[in-house]
Amino acid sequence: MNTEINVRLAVCSGSGCVSGGSDAIRSALYTALTKHGLAGQVEVRPTGCFGFCERGTIVVAYPGETFYTCVKPQDADAIVEQHILGGKIIEKLLFRDPQTNAVLPTWHGMTFYNKQERRVLRRCGLINPENIDHYLADDGYRALEKVLTTMTPEAVMEEVQRAGLRGRGGAGFPAGLKWRTARQSSGARKFVICNADEGDPGAFMNRSLLEGDPHSVIEGLIIAGYAVGAAQGYMYVRAEYPLAVHRVDIGLRQARERGFLGKNIFESGFDFDIEIRLGAGAFVCGEETALMQSIEGKRGMPMPRPPFPAESGLWGCPTTINNVETLANVPAIVLNGADWFAGLGTAGSKGTKTFALTGKINNTGLVEVPMGITLREIIYDIGGGLHSGKAFKLAQIGGPSGGCIPAKYLDQPIDYESLRALGAMMGSGGLVVMDTDNCAVDVAHYFLSFVQQESCGKCPPCRIGTRQMLLILERIRNGQGEPEDLDRLETLAGIIQRGSLCGLGQTAPNPVLTTLRYFRDEYKAHIFDKKCPGRVCKSLITYSILPEKCNGCTLCARSCPSDAIQGELKQPHIILVDKCLRCGACFEACNREAILIC
Amino acid sequence: MLNETTDIELQSVLSRYRRGDQSVLIPVLQAVQEELRYLSPNTIQEISRYLGISLSEAYGVASFYSQFRFSRPGDHTVKVCLGTACHVRRGDLIMETFERELGIHDRETTADGKFSLERVACFGCCALAPVVVVDKEIHGRMRSTGVRKLLKKFEAS
Repeated sequence: MNTEINVRLAVCSGSGCVSGGSDAIRSALYTALTKHGLAGQVEVRPTGCFGFCERGTIVVAYPGETFYTCVKPQDADAIVEQHILGGKIIEKLLFRDPQTNAVLPTWHGMTFYNKQERRVLRRCGLINPENIDHYLADDGYRALEKVLTTMTPEAVMEEVQRAGLRGRGGAGFPAGLKWRTARQSSGARKFVICNADEGDPGAFMNRSLLEGDPHSVIEGLIIAGYAVGAAQGYMYVRAEYPLAVHRVDIGLRQARERGFLGKNIFESGFDFDIEIRLGAGAFVCGEETALMQSIEGKRGMPMPRPPFPAESGLWGCPTTINNVETLANVPAIVLNGADWFAGLGTAGSKGTKTFALTGKINNTGLVEVPMGITLREIIYDIGGGLHSGKAFKLAQIGGPSGGCIPAKYLDQPIDYESLRALGAMMGSGGLVVMDTDNCAVDVAHYFLSFVQQESCGKCPPCRIGTRQMLLILERIRNGQGEPEDLDRLETLAGIIQRGSLCGLGQTAPNPVLTTLRYFRDEYKAHIFDKKCPGRVCKSLITYSILPEKCNGCTLCARSCPSDAIQGELKQPHIILVDKCLRCGACFEACNREAILIC
Repeated sequence: MLNETTDIELQSVLSRYRRGDQSVLIPVLQAVQEELRYLSPNTIQEISRYLGISLSEAYGVASFYSQFRFSRPGDHTVKVCLGTACHVRRGDLIMETFERELGIHDRETTADGKFSLERVACFGCCALAPVVVVDKEIHGRMRSTGVRKLLKKFEAS
């Protein structure tokens, strides 16, 4: 790192902000700096995700940690001229707390960050992920050095086991125990795999971590390799994450150049290298046996267990598969000790967990919280509550394998066991917040249709069972539900849970079961009253215009794709029910709240 | 038979991989599609020969993964995100509007070859939901009323 430059503009360059145009901001900043002859004196640094995606693009100016939000390329001149040259903070780009109206110059004091514990994500937003020197300057590869020069594989496994690190991919299996089983299995060749096939729709924790701090995951995988006794590792990354793939690729190359990968690492006699494999768009490949099939070049279909991968995995060799976040925790455990790690969390779930906080929430973003935090703290303190002004209805945790948690459990501490007791699961950490304008039946249908499409087709309970459940849900959504349908759904769910080979099938009914458990009345409203209380299911709603609010501006009529809206200019309009497609275009077009959905 | 240019491009991709190495089938399919935009029956046959895999097995693997396309995509590809965050912010209505405007469904191409339409599971920029990606251009906070205008912009190019 060039230590002479101490004026620095850190520009978020995670996928979310890149989508919002952060590349253009960096080049605008660079142009503005060049204009003032400052190009060599101020560093414009692309960094990983700051987490506060809602207010992207984030630019943080050092020294001082001034936290600018919602930055656009046209703000570049002001940042250079006012902030850097003038020494004056630009107030209009600062975050204003919606509750207190206080303007906050740095992230300290922001409710979004106050209850977070950014351990795994601590370098995201700080370092340039494409520069290994930044990682090295922040304790990077020191854990690997410690492991290879002072610790036996046994001691490494002992430390990780004592820390209580459990799999962050969802199931929560103790990582140290997984390593030990593979270590003890006989076999000349062994493999370790990093599972970065984050396929849950609405989840981007692993992607952000790989984009913001790829070396922490690489270092974790090398340590896992040493513990298990493997010479080869794979990183299986979704092809849909091009930026993450790019940064992992750069990271591996740099690690190889510096001798952290390759032969005789740290002169310890330990040889290890890592290859990237790209997932080709099959959700089931997040399941470990399917993932290994895919690496072998086959259709990604799960295999029966036992034998477990730790005994017979990739090409029949003992193999360990860990999630991205699990591995990123490992270097910090080695450096700071098991007690430090276990200092946070609950009795059975130690450390922190990252969540992708999305849906109808004020502060969409990537958060890392201590295990045992309540949903209420995540949603209302960190997330800033719901943006719609409507009441909270449910939180969907864990993606298609997870479940929906209603308001009465907002104060339940979150850990692996408590979520399972509620019928949900940690999953990899997607957390989608919904309000009373969302429909529980529709949510269940959404996840089930996802799983149904992604079912690999190997076992009939999953392949046929999810299809049958989906048909029933479609019927209910269309107003043709029958009173017996709720029992049918539960019976089918039980068969699928018991009869499926892999986790995808076994957990597929969860979104349906949890909504049936907590929102049964809503199912009944669809079946018996032919009503959708969330006003989502198209067959059960009608659009109309409130004559007292309509001023005949014709905005709705012009937006209607089916010419279903009629009326004279400046006279209240009407919607012809027969022609209405219920597409919602008029609702969006109207700026007088004159469109009624009921 | 492949036409000559396609064949040259294909051979240059294949030459980066070891002949007969069956474990690289998926990376090869990915690299070939990246180069040729889709996998034609002849291309898959060439790949299977090169790697020493039966055609049915190569096609079986390719058709298992949603990344692979077997027909020529349109000049522009519209991808509508229907991840959870986009779903709860009514991405389904955006998808329906595209279907209506283009007269095609998911994974289809318009008759004039201009547009292909795809629903995707998640782009991961959930703060911008609902999201539509045309080619590589990302359009966040999309509204169904903006669909026609967006298509017009790409129709001309």
